[in-house]
Amino acid sequence: MKGDIVLEAKDLTRHYHIDRGTFRSPAVLKALDGATFTLAKGRTLAVVGESGCGKSTLARLVTMIEKPTSGMLSISGIDVRTADRATLMNLHKTVQIVFQDPYGSLNPRQKIGHALEEPLLVNTPMGKKERRDAAMNIINLVGLRPEYYDRYPHMFSGGQRQRIAVARALMLNPNIVVLDEPVSALDVSIRAQILNLIARLQEQFELAYLFISHDLSVVKHIADEVMVMYLGKPVESGSRDTLFAKPHHPYTRALLSATPVADPFRVKERIVLHGELPSPIAPPSGCTFHPRCPSMTDICREKAPETREIDGCRVACYHPKIYP
Amino acid sequence: MSEISIQEVVDNRPTGFRAVLSEFWSYFSENRGAVVGLIFFIGVVLIAVFADFIAPHAPNQQYREALLQPPFWQAGGDIKFPLGTDAIGRDMLSRLIHGSQYSLFIGCIVVSLSLAAGVILGLLAGFFRGRVDTFIMRIMDIVLAFPSLLLALVLVAVLGPSLINAMIAIAIVQQPHYVRLTRAAVMTEMTKDYVTAARVIGIRSLRLMFVTILPNCMAPLIVQAALSFSTAILDAAALGFLGMGAQPPTPEWGTMLAEAREFILRAWWVVTFPGVAILTTVLAINMMGDGLRDALDPKLKRS
Amino acid sequence: MGCVTPSIQNSNVPKRAMPLLEIDNLSVTFQTAGGLFTAVDRVSLHIEPGEIVSIVGESGSGKSVAMLALMGLLPWTAGVTADVLRFDSQDLTTITKPQLRKIIGSQMAMIFQEPMTSLNPCFTVGFQLTETLKIHLGMNRAEQKRRAIELLELVGIPEPEKRLSAYPHQLSGGMNQRVMIAIAISCNPRLLIADEPTTALDVTIQAQILDLLLKLQKEKGMSLVLITHDMGVVAETAERVFVQYAGQQVEQQSVKGLFVSPHHPYTQALLNSLPERSHSRILPSIAGIVPGQFDKPRGCLFSPRCHYVTDLCREKPPIAGPVEFGYALCHYPLAEGVPTNYPEEVRA
Repeated sequence: MKGDIVLEAKDLTRHYHIDRGTFRSPAVLKALDGATFTLAKGRTLAVVGESGCGKSTLARLVTMIEKPTSGMLSISGIDVRTADRATLMNLHKTVQIVFQDPYGSLNPRQKIGHALEEPLLVNTPMGKKERRDAAMNIINLVGLRPEYYDRYPHMFSGGQRQRIAVARALMLNPNIVVLDEPVSALDVSIRAQILNLIARLQEQFELAYLFISHDLSVVKHIADEVMVMYLGKPVESGSRDTLFAKPHHPYTRALLSATPVADPFRVKERIVLHGELPSPIAPPSGCTFHPRCPSMTDICREKAPETREIDGCRVACYHPKIYP
Repeated sequence: MSEISIQEVVDNRPTGFRAVLSEFWSYFSENRGAVVGLIFFIGVVLIAVFADFIAPHAPNQQYREALLQPPFWQAGGDIKFPLGTDAIGRDMLSRLIHGSQYSLFIGCIVVSLSLAAGVILGLLAGFFRGRVDTFIMRIMDIVLAFPSLLLALVLVAVLGPSLINAMIAIAIVQQPHYVRLTRAAVMTEMTKDYVTAARVIGIRSLRLMFVTILPNCMAPLIVQAALSFSTAILDAAALGFLGMGAQPPTPEWGTMLAEAREFILRAWWVVTFPGVAILTTVLAINMMGDGLRDALDPKLKRS
Repeated sequence: MGCVTPSIQNSNVPKRAMPLLEIDNLSVTFQTAGGLFTAVDRVSLHIEPGEIVSIVGESGSGKSVAMLALMGLLPWTAGVTADVLRFDSQDLTTITKPQLRKIIGSQMAMIFQEPMTSLNPCFTVGFQLTETLKIHLGMNRAEQKRRAIELLELVGIPEPEKRLSAYPHQLSGGMNQRVMIAIAISCNPRLLIADEPTTALDVTIQAQILDLLLKLQKEKGMSLVLITHDMGVVAETAERVFVQYAGQQVEQQSVKGLFVSPHHPYTQALLNSLPERSHSRILPSIAGIVPGQFDKPRGCLFSPRCHYVTDLCREKPPIAGPVEFGYALCHYPLAEGVPTNYPEEVRA
């Protein structure tokens, strides 16, 4: 059923210990620090943020390559932290991923056909003929030609490789696909092709997408819900329409104003953030955004803000912009 | 869907093994020295394979009437023994031809032994990191800390002098290079997205190591294998010269050198020809290795 | 920093009759294993002093190669030809190498996409900055240091004295790009070429760098050539745009004109495929990919992907149209989104 929750996270946290040499204690890097969200079947949740905001860590947790440090992550109703091995193996099949760099995400020594069949080979008892049929089927589905089956990845352009990567992700009929910046390495004209392909496949298979991106114009186009992250923490999340029409958090607003829009007549409010992203090893006290925030006050420096609901958006800020 | 019908761009470049081979050859053949080396090496292989048919005499046949006979172009030489004879009347040319068998045999065995062991250890170290890595790499560091020939000598002294033991010793001495190379290559590949993608698909560690990662690490290993082929021949010759490798009357080039030491002033050919054989073979293999590196190292490739 | 409207900010710069940079029919070819490859095909470019011009195109459109050729930064395998190559009324095709070197780096400067790799990791920021000052301006040590600090301040780097002794890896990507800009403007160039200066940076840092470039351009009155693939960046910064496709210049226009009424079908299709300009879930995408070395079409290079393609397009390469059609390289340049001189039978 469309609308069923397939992915749920509560206070999801992942910390890394950074080794700083033999004589110093390891530092703790809070790559992801308390993410809460849900994702329903056939819907797209976009995770937006700049480098170091924890987007990729989130992708690694959801695809179960890594285990969360704390918090709850449930996929198709099964809690990942408590599930046994056999259940996890089955669960693995339901979450797949497409990466940003189409040049690094395909094994250069593996033919396209083999790359597509490998998921079936290791996960299902299918025979050779069945696997080949399934691969041919999906090659056709993502708009590639059957003769590509016997080719190596280096013979393809970025856009074609990204189609292959999408095809591989679909081989196991997943419920959830994590799209980690799938179009940011592509040219404008190719980007539209891949976005269309992704949208079409979502409709056809009722896929749930976790769409990770830094490009707000793409997010605005494809997402149903949006979560904006800063230094491992979600600062604002809500439905796309509300969030783009009424951004509450100062960071969301800055991000929106900084995104270039292809309209030379637009007169826009430009909030230029000063300074750079702080190091995630030593994040600022209180609200982590306070050193760059235009509306910072004393309380922001002392205590991290609670998440509260404004206009249907979950906002973590003491001074959100309130719309009449 | 409009976008499906229009993947019009037909890529007509040839695919498969032959295309890879022709690309390899186009890079390899750019290096003249490498081609010369390859031709020479193929020549040595052919000589070794057909030694019994080419050699005019049996390698250990002694001709008592012709002791220390000079090569045919010198006074007192005889066309029957083109490169002369040694102190007990054995034909130099025949011995050299049969010696090539030993050299290639040593090279092949040593390289396969050290490559197999080195690749497995390197894969384990690079893949699992942590304690496994530390354990393996520290042992390799210890092996590398000894001068290689000295360590080989000690090992042979322990195992007892013979050609097989010499080969095992040389393989042990050489294999840390493979471990390091494999480990570095594996660590680079591990960070690539396709490895993560393979994990998400559900591929287990063993398959991931040998099927997914290893083929992508082979280029530097092949180059190293080619270069250490020559080192193996050289080391085996050195051990033979020191009396720790192949034992007389084996026509191994190093051993031949050792036997002929005392005649160096009286009969130059007994010492020179085995030395030249070692030199040219090693040189040819090294030049070939350079060409291999040009052809296989993606960092040196031009688009 | 407030809102920046590109049209008014340079009205105070007096226009001279002589353009600062004149390029006519610049072509660049590469000798490759597969034969001769034309990376840039007869590109012309006229840039007035104090103007912001953008060259926009996808990868393989030759937008960077053209500028690298101008700067003499291409490898020796490249063959560069041009009818006119003139900077500040000096003919660059005939002057000597030392003279050329004097112009490049001081009169014409360039910044690149990857700030992390454009700086030498072995030397401090200060060393790399003073190097240019020493070579081009012959300053002594004290002057060099003073000027270096001044430059770092100008590009908005906090605590410039401390940063002089920092190595590139100790700074973030945005900071390194600022250092690159400082090096580029150290000799007060008259022309700054920025090759995708913000592509590798985060969105908020991109906004900072673009603002900085515009501010410097205005203060110094220099010309700015912005090479980019991002239509958003073009819309927000440039005054005039050159659109490139597969090595050819397909159209040139004012920014506002381009976004309202593109004259080349490629530009139109490109703009339509932008997510922010579309309202449907399925974007009107451009089919196929940019032709490469081996699959160049006989006629118009865009013909395999064009909506309006006719037999004429497939057979005969078009010539540049009149100025009112933005010199569009098309048999049927668009006016108000509709092709002109379009054969009736095809339309029906």
